[in-house]
Amino acid sequence: MVFRLVKREHASRWMLLVTPLLAVLLSILASSILLVILGKPVLLTMHSFFIAPFENFYSITEIFLKFGPLLLIAQALAVGFRAKVWNIGAEGQMIIGAICASAVPVYFVDSTSGWMLPTMAVLGALGGMAWAAIAAFLKTRFNANEILVTLMLSAIALQLLYYLLLGPWKDPMGFNFPQTVMFQNEALFAPLFSGVRLNTSIFIPIAFTLAVWLLMEKHFAGFTLEVGGQAPNAATYAGFSAKKAVWVSLLLAGFAAGIAGMSEVAGPIGQLQRSVTSGYGYAGIIVAYLGALHPIGIVFAAFFLAVLQIGGDVALVSADLPISAVQVFQGLLLIFYLSVYTLVNYRIQPARVEKAASTGLPS
Amino acid sequence: MNTLEFFLAGTLSAATIFLLAALGELVAEKSGVLNLSLEGMMAVGAAVGFVVTYESGNHVLGFAIAGLAGVCVSLVFAFVTLTFLANQVATGLAVGILGLGLSALIGRNHESLTIAATEGINIPVLSDIPLIGAVFFQQNLVVYITFALAIVIALVLSTTRLGLAIRSTGENPHAAQALGCPVFLIRYGCVAFGGLLAGCAGAYASTIYTPLWADGMIAGRGWIAVALVVFGTWKTGRIAFGAVLFGMVSLGELIAQAMGARVPSQLLSSLPYIVTIIVLAAISTNTARMRLHAPFSLGETFDGSNDR
Amino acid sequence: MVANDSINLDVHTGSIHAVLGENGAGKSTLMKLVYGMVEADSGSMSWNGNVVNLKNSAAARKLGIGMVFQHFSLFETLSVVENISLTMPGSRAELAKKIKAIGERYQLVVNPDASVHALSVGERQRVEIIRCLMQDLKLLILDEPTSVLPPQHIQSLFDALRKLRDSGVAILFISHKLDEIRDLCDTATVLRDGRVAGTVNPQEATSQELATLMIGREVPHIQSTRESVNDASTVLRLNQLSAKNPDPFGTSLTGIDLHVKQHEIVGIAGVSGNGQQELSRIISGEWRPKSLTTQAIEMFGQPVAELGPTERRSLGFSFVPEERLGRGAVPPMSLNQNALLTAFSQGILNRGFIRKKTLRSFTDQCIADFDVRCGGNNAIASSLSGGNLQKYIIGRELMLKPRLLFVAQPTWGVDIGAATAIRQRLLDLRDQGIGVLIVSEEIEELFEVTDRLYVINGGKLSPSLVTAEVTPNDIGEYMIATHSSDAAQPEVHAHGV
Repeated sequence: MVFRLVKREHASRWMLLVTPLLAVLLSILASSILLVILGKPVLLTMHSFFIAPFENFYSITEIFLKFGPLLLIAQALAVGFRAKVWNIGAEGQMIIGAICASAVPVYFVDSTSGWMLPTMAVLGALGGMAWAAIAAFLKTRFNANEILVTLMLSAIALQLLYYLLLGPWKDPMGFNFPQTVMFQNEALFAPLFSGVRLNTSIFIPIAFTLAVWLLMEKHFAGFTLEVGGQAPNAATYAGFSAKKAVWVSLLLAGFAAGIAGMSEVAGPIGQLQRSVTSGYGYAGIIVAYLGALHPIGIVFAAFFLAVLQIGGDVALVSADLPISAVQVFQGLLLIFYLSVYTLVNYRIQPARVEKAASTGLPS
Repeated sequence: MNTLEFFLAGTLSAATIFLLAALGELVAEKSGVLNLSLEGMMAVGAAVGFVVTYESGNHVLGFAIAGLAGVCVSLVFAFVTLTFLANQVATGLAVGILGLGLSALIGRNHESLTIAATEGINIPVLSDIPLIGAVFFQQNLVVYITFALAIVIALVLSTTRLGLAIRSTGENPHAAQALGCPVFLIRYGCVAFGGLLAGCAGAYASTIYTPLWADGMIAGRGWIAVALVVFGTWKTGRIAFGAVLFGMVSLGELIAQAMGARVPSQLLSSLPYIVTIIVLAAISTNTARMRLHAPFSLGETFDGSNDR
Repeated sequence: MVANDSINLDVHTGSIHAVLGENGAGKSTLMKLVYGMVEADSGSMSWNGNVVNLKNSAAARKLGIGMVFQHFSLFETLSVVENISLTMPGSRAELAKKIKAIGERYQLVVNPDASVHALSVGERQRVEIIRCLMQDLKLLILDEPTSVLPPQHIQSLFDALRKLRDSGVAILFISHKLDEIRDLCDTATVLRDGRVAGTVNPQEATSQELATLMIGREVPHIQSTRESVNDASTVLRLNQLSAKNPDPFGTSLTGIDLHVKQHEIVGIAGVSGNGQQELSRIISGEWRPKSLTTQAIEMFGQPVAELGPTERRSLGFSFVPEERLGRGAVPPMSLNQNALLTAFSQGILNRGFIRKKTLRSFTDQCIADFDVRCGGNNAIASSLSGGNLQKYIIGRELMLKPRLLFVAQPTWGVDIGAATAIRQRLLDLRDQGIGVLIVSEEIEELFEVTDRLYVINGGKLSPSLVTAEVTPNDIGEYMIATHSSDAAQPEVHAHGV
């Protein structure tokens, strides 16, 4: 090995700020190489990704439309990740949230009540929380690994969605498409501007961000979660309940994902259909890390990934780039972020002599 | 072949995917590394295996290149977690996402194509025994190799010096290093071995079990394989038993349809996931047993320094 | 940081060479250098007259250098012979035979097929020594080997070491215990702040001279003026406490009776791994087995078995755990944040929101009152030395104004200056009327500060002993009594510490 990592005495704050930027640059570099291999025009693709999304007003509102759910889910997941509660099933919690919210317009097709939307929000949140609560219960009662349980629950939620869309909830006039009826206006968020899909639900993630910031940076409850993640034995010693941390983390994520699912069906989609999550549940994991698990960092990270998704749609048309390339880019982003993040706590030293303390391959 | 024979033979065939992947994960975890990118590595193996076999018509070449691809993906994981000391859980997720993306990219021009099904190997005399012959002795070569591999891995881990080095590295890398064990080399090797088997498991799924390529065809089987290692409490025999059980469960859908059961197909599709959750809870609740068998340092970052 | 600075050390065949120094003097680093685990930035090592450059510990072993670590480098889930076969060629049957032969020759008896996790600490040490003896051993390094042994077993270890010396092996014996070195060693190199402070013949030097070399000034003394108090009330009582440990590698507790009154310091002695951790976690409330009876634990006359750590703290209980980093303090967090860990009830929270100013002044006061040397209230816990972090944690716990203080291993890895300050503080607290409970593996420390003693052994507690009426040897008897796995231990010689 030509280098070795030496532990810093103090974490480097400077590296903490530079890490996400460095990760983005490295990912762009790596994916440029990939584009060359695929035979795609590098500059045109990069233009589609990072410039084109800002070229007109509608496209900008679309960025914010994606920004909302990403922000909402990532903020909640980050709380869990800081407490080392590995909920990776936001996707499933979002699906159940969307299903529960959709029950209202599906069963009250003709209702014009002003209570529709609030009821949907409450049901969506409760649905997401209930789904997450299964994992919390199994973790706290049976010690079942939450990574595997939340992931399996996501797969089950997807099957439940398919069942409803192909069976009892299928729109009878929908030409046999697996989707519900289109929801009435009372079940939809009002658009912010005429002619765009961006709607008033965008204020929910913003308010949620503020709440998470207060919780994690100012409040004792956030501190107890953080201690549980950093040093579980210290949390036990202090008397902070590990079970409570699991419940809080998962219920918060279930709430956020449930609301995100609800605002998709009551927003841009306007009905329940198969692709209701657009992969926000998984992308939220990347956003949470890229934002250094910090409420403010996550705002920037969510915006960046929203741009990336819109850019991916543009590149799909302009450069004939397969949509899976966006997934590859997201994976690279997280890999580079995690690698570079190590430099917050370690510094690189050229290895003069092979030492026992080096982290490279020993001779 | 009657329904029962078909079911039992299919069970072993389906179990092979789980077992092959879980054996690789077991070896990696025994050395103390939790590699959650199994699903992604299998997906890459499946895509590469299918494309190579489709283009070359050579199954062996397909498996070889798929295994190699699995090793490459696993080395990305190893480099980030072992050399760059990143969190193993988060890196596993990241590499998993990368692997799923890459598999879609690799297979994008072969979507929904098929290759000819392979014949099983008829073992003379034995394959003529009623029921048993059809179930055990007319399987694909890979099935035999996989179950033989399970025995070999169990023996290597429990009786050889290499197995001892792997287990001690997984229990306490600091002490292992103090004794002169090449901790990093062992862990790199075990992760790469896990990648090799995951790639082959993917290739088996896409070229032999269901000889077609469809994006997302691994469908959570990598995660179930991760769960299998926990179910089997890091013991090869129990993992093999679990793999057969899940092979059976995943065939449930076909069988129920064949028998004309009036159950929504989505419920049957969810069955493997539901069973995973239930078994996971049942096994994990015995914390003493988990502690007794789980590698002590599993998932912990080891920076090679001497301070504890 | 320079742990070792320009050190010269000559070790000769057939001699026992002591390396003496207090915590943090650089003894362990020096030994890791010799054993090839760390490479020197400058200087050289010669072996039988030839300069050698050890790349790793395997290279050291090839030369015939063996090392017995302070925290053993054995693998709990492997058997004795499996552990040894990690570094030795040969089949397991051959190795087992060799283990038995060596065990008989040096009276280091151990069952080759036993699982390491089932062995006592003394037996584990024997395995480590046997592992070194399996090869053609020229130099044996022992890092604080007696710190884990009861007094009786120390002599049998010394007998084995003398036998080894006489057979031509050079021995490097690291310790901070002066009497042992005077008893065993032929030469002593004293380290201070990473430098050689002097090389002496320990048999000729007085303990006082050695101590002065070691810490560079007069040995600080602690003073206490104990007054007997008759109407002291009981602050802690354990009544027939039993708890089965769910951890198969842990110890279960059986039938423990213990009480602590105001105005007294009570100590719990014992070889590590005999239930100290489990007992600590039960008293602190970190472990609350459902099987406990309501009366099993009483604090200030009140049953507390079902109360968590926070509730027990609010009754007037404070606890300083043995692991400072990761349990008593969160390593990457600042001293301010670490104060919040247990002191959150001290008016620092306003409806759950943290009052930063109040928190900072709490931390500042703790740093000032307890002489914590650090880079201010924002310093990261892991950047403090062991002694300063311990002073900070004890300070934080005392600022909660406890009526019962429980300290596990009060001076582990702490330099002499801080250790003396801590012991003095404990005595002062007792004189103020606080009940103090200490768990310690250092018998000297217990005899220095406690009024009464218990000995824990195999999860059981001895009857209460008045410190002034017993000798360390009596304590040692309790440490090894009924220890069935140690039955193979040869007859022990009575010996004072």
